[in-house]
Amino acid sequence: MQGTSADTNLGHVGPVSGSNVGDFVQLLKPRVMSLVVFTALTGMVAAPGAIHPVLGVIALLAIAIGAGAAGALNMWYDADIDARMARTAARPIPRGRLTADEALTFGSVLSVFSILTLGVLINWTAGVLLAITIAFYLFIYTMWLKRLTPQNIVIGGAAGSFPPMIGWAAVTGSVSIDSVLMFLIIFVWTPPHFWALALYRCRDYERVGVPMLPVVAGPTETRRQIWLYSLVLVPLAMLPSAIGLAGITYAVSSAVLGAIFLYLAWRVRKITEGREGDAAAKQLFAFSILYLFLLFAVILGEHAVARLMA
Amino acid sequence: MSGMNEDEKERQRRQRMRSLAIGLALAALVALFYVATIVRLGGNVMNRPI
Repeated sequence: MQGTSADTNLGHVGPVSGSNVGDFVQLLKPRVMSLVVFTALTGMVAAPGAIHPVLGVIALLAIAIGAGAAGALNMWYDADIDARMARTAARPIPRGRLTADEALTFGSVLSVFSILTLGVLINWTAGVLLAITIAFYLFIYTMWLKRLTPQNIVIGGAAGSFPPMIGWAAVTGSVSIDSVLMFLIIFVWTPPHFWALALYRCRDYERVGVPMLPVVAGPTETRRQIWLYSLVLVPLAMLPSAIGLAGITYAVSSAVLGAIFLYLAWRVRKITEGREGDAAAKQLFAFSILYLFLLFAVILGEHAVARLMA
Repeated sequence: MSGMNEDEKERQRRQRMRSLAIGLALAALVALFYVATIVRLGGNVMNRPI
């Protein structure tokens, strides 16, 4: 049966059996977690109203643990393909540092605890949104779409888009057009970001049978799709200033950063062959991370300054 | 134990560290709920009929 870890020998415990604490920390995907915390914090600071700092820290902690738990469950389910991909072969389960069952238990327990903590101590709108995020990442993306369709990361990207909405809900107890816009920015950003990576990691995905767009539709179509999504993303990312979620600094920053994004996406579309083609895709991938980080950093900065001046 | 090989000692050391981490995480969770309760109740924590 494809997809389940139970039927593989992964997680086989080596001569020195017993995982250490660091292996469990790795299961939480700390780098992804840091971006989740950052975007959730932006949602919290940008939201109207206030939250007690202690409750704010607890909310961020719960969101971070919840996101980490989703990462652990993803590593449990995907251990078979992780073992055969260069990018993921060093993860704890493929390396035999801990068993798939340990990852499943760890991820499940943390999921339940993080959702309950957020729901009980902060509010249930945020708690339910965190539950949806974890469920979406595990059931919709990891179990269903990832191995089925090249649209996997388009739809699955929703899971990574929820954190600012959860942060916003932690403060206001509700969902608004502003938090939906932050969700949409990450949602539309995800495909060009991942497809740029997939362009130069194409063989890895092909070998393990994950139908990423370059594998199924070819690099030319992928480059076209990256360009089209970029054309939607850049104007969308300029909207926060138009609806009052962000100010003039953001308006200028999003325009400049958007122009660079479009230039790099255009290069990916035009330079299609050889090392230069790969280099263009790598450049876009690297810049896409900086782009999203800076957009949210400016929103965060603007609101933080406004609060300090008030 | 003199007969215990290095692998077994290492396994036991990791087991101890894991147990310690779980214990600390649970203690942190208790502290978290305690502090959050106090913060949410605010001044009302002392406001009850005797």
